[in-house]
Amino acid sequence: MNTRDLALRISDLSSFEGYQFDCQPIPGETEVLQITLLEFEELPAFISVTDSQILCITYLFGEDEVNQASRGEMLEEMLELNIPMPLSSFAKLGDRYVVFGALSMQSSMEDICHEVVTLTENAVEAIEALEEFLV
Amino acid sequence: MSILRKIMTAVRGGAREMGELVVDANGTRIFEQEIKDAETHLRKAKQDLTDIMAKQMQASRQVESLSKEIAEHEKYAGQALDKGDEALALEIAEKISSLEIDLAEQQQVHDTFTGHVSRLKDLVKKSDRQIKEYERQLSMVKTTESVQKASAAITDNFASSSSKILSAKDSLERIKKRQQNNFDRLEAAEQLENENTDKSLADKMKAAGIGETSASASSVLDRIKSNR
Repeated sequence: MNTRDLALRISDLSSFEGYQFDCQPIPGETEVLQITLLEFEELPAFISVTDSQILCITYLFGEDEVNQASRGEMLEEMLELNIPMPLSSFAKLGDRYVVFGALSMQSSMEDICHEVVTLTENAVEAIEALEEFLV
Repeated sequence: MSILRKIMTAVRGGAREMGELVVDANGTRIFEQEIKDAETHLRKAKQDLTDIMAKQMQASRQVESLSKEIAEHEKYAGQALDKGDEALALEIAEKISSLEIDLAEQQQVHDTFTGHVSRLKDLVKKSDRQIKEYERQLSMVKTTESVQKASAAITDNFASSSSKILSAKDSLERIKKRQQNNFDRLEAAEQLENENTDKSLADKMKAAGIGETSASASSVLDRIKSNR
């Protein structure tokens, strides 16, 4: 499954688990798909397909938004929350904190859509949970 | 150094060409070629292994049949001795001696093949593990590389489009406001729906002359009179 196939199939989908999707390919060296749930347009999920897995990433906040005084505490909190958070994990890309989920290449369309919905909901939950550590 | 450590160092150093990590000065593509070559070798080694195993089995059958033949001829020699035919016994003994030479040869061939088989099996196992390890490393490096590129594409896209990255707090606030709005709208719609139902019911009851009917002037006057 490549991102173009995925984009076409997601655009055909009117709604999934009660959410409407907006799907946009992002040009660049690696193909990336931006999928937005209409209700959560501020927190888009980005999908890229590598040789071995499908990666879904949602950006949470930048290092500059983190209150540096309680940063260690926040990182520990993130580690603690990693397991309870369904299907997604915390990670950091450059200077941005993210939540991500990795799927096998054999994943179905439903698996991917379910992942995107869960990831977005997790992102909202995570920001809410970690809000106290942000400036 | 473990591949994860290498990746960590490279990411900290802001490396763009992840391929260099795997084998010093070798790109990912060269590494992929090396894995492919190793797989070709492995296939060849497995082919050799099956050939040699077949030969080993042949030798083993030879050894078995020669041993049986020797045992039979020893029996015949004994029978010749029993009959007092020393000359025949000697001839049989010569045959046994030549069979034993053959047996020793076959035994040696068999042992050599057995040695080959065990060495090749070890080699195949080691190559298998090596290839799996290479593939694991390559997959980690490629994933890191791909995520870096994807991340760059996303950032570039944000930079080029008018939409800017909101702070997490602002995003959360907007999302919550939107959810509250949606919720309020639903609630309002529901209320309206309820009111409509109530009103239409009241209208129907009034039309049927059931329930509270509006008091007419004459009935009010009657009430006042009766209260006096």
